Amino acid sequence: MAKISLTVNGKKVSAEIEGRTLLVQVLREKLGMTGTHVGCDTSQCGACVVHVDGKSVKSCTMLAAQADGTAVTTIEGLANGNELHPMQAAFKEHHGLQCGFCTPGMVMSAIELAKRNSNPSEHDVREWLEGNICRCTGYHNIVKAVQAGAQAMAAAK
Amino acid sequence: MYDFAYHKPATVADAAKILAADGDAKALAGGQTLIPTLKQRLAKPSAVVDLSAIKDLAGISVAGGKVTIGAMTRHGDVAASADVKKALPALAALADGIGDPQVRNRGTIGGSIANNDPAADYPAACLALGATIKTNAREIAADAFFLGMFETALKPGELIVSVSFPIPEKAAYVKFGQPASRYALVGVMVAKTATGARVAVTGAASAVFRWSDAEAALSKSWNAASLDGVKVSPDGLNSDIHAAADYRAHLVGVMAKRAVATAG
Repeated sequence: MAKISLTVNGKKVSAEIEGRTLLVQVLREKLGMTGTHVGCDTSQCGACVVHVDGKSVKSCTMLAAQADGTAVTTIEGLANGNELHPMQAAFKEHHGLQCGFCTPGMVMSAIELAKRNSNPSEHDVREWLEGNICRCTGYHNIVKAVQAGAQAMAAAK
Repeated sequence: MYDFAYHKPATVADAAKILAADGDAKALAGGQTLIPTLKQRLAKPSAVVDLSAIKDLAGISVAGGKVTIGAMTRHGDVAASADVKKALPALAALADGIGDPQVRNRGTIGGSIANNDPAADYPAACLALGATIKTNAREIAADAFFLGMFETALKPGELIVSVSFPIPEKAAYVKFGQPASRYALVGVMVAKTATGARVAVTGAASAVFRWSDAEAALSKSWNAASLDGVKVSPDGLNSDIHAAADYRAHLVGVMAKRAVATAG
């Protein structure tokens, strides 16, 4: 067992891990933050997307040891108290979810797109969401939500 | 996943020492293939050697008619690099088409090349552009590097440090993605260089290969129409539930023409 220290949603935390422990296991099992989901466990579905040092990554495809010393943001770190993050609010407003299982990963992935492109086209959004799978196939409203969320993020700056 | 010892050395020499001393140790670059492989228990390394703390393994430079990319440079950084987009736009476009954004944020050029997946994109770029792969021990021409399915010329303890791509007159990479995985069913990189055309094919066979008949035709005349009637044999090409060998052979021709047309 080794000890890692990282910052999760602005808070310094540490955890005892094995070599094989995944970042998502630390988040869910050690820190009790179950907002980050594990969908496929084969690195394809994107439900586990979090930000590591500002970039979206699949937390099921990164060893916890690789996250030592990094700053991680999860879905739990987005809202400001009861005030939703603009991307979360857009998913709510545009009904960008059905069962909601893929939503944390969709939102985290979409926020990186919005940071790169404040006014993405439908094509831009669909290309960017290549690594996020919605088994309810609710893509239509997800795309609308991401476009609205990106514009809201730009307006809130 | 089976457990393993985790190492995070600070130098290439230290990483190479661990890998050379233990044949069951594995180097970890971006981990986008290795970690899924470990999760499925398809590999059982005794140790994983994380290369991310080694300084100077990541970075991009353009000089002397070459684009040189450090082994630990992420696909997303190659795709977004203003220098690569200007000097070798086909390579930036290729990097931008690998996997998905999250894979591109982690996956590295060195990892992709060392793994030599039969459907990986970067090996096609190395072969078509005549890249030189620099390791901690020597320099290896791309033509001598990719030996077979998941097999390269790398020796135990040998690590890729950087990859140098000579800047061609023109180049383009076009792939036909498998509809579910988006891995290349067939991908073709074409390059027009001062010494002739080079054409590399990925996804179609057990490993990336050069298509010499197409190179001869394009060296005579750089034009998609030059490939009319030039066919690759389906013998030895991959045949699976996604595509039969003759379909892949057909796609090689179509992708090659599209690549020439894209390169202009």
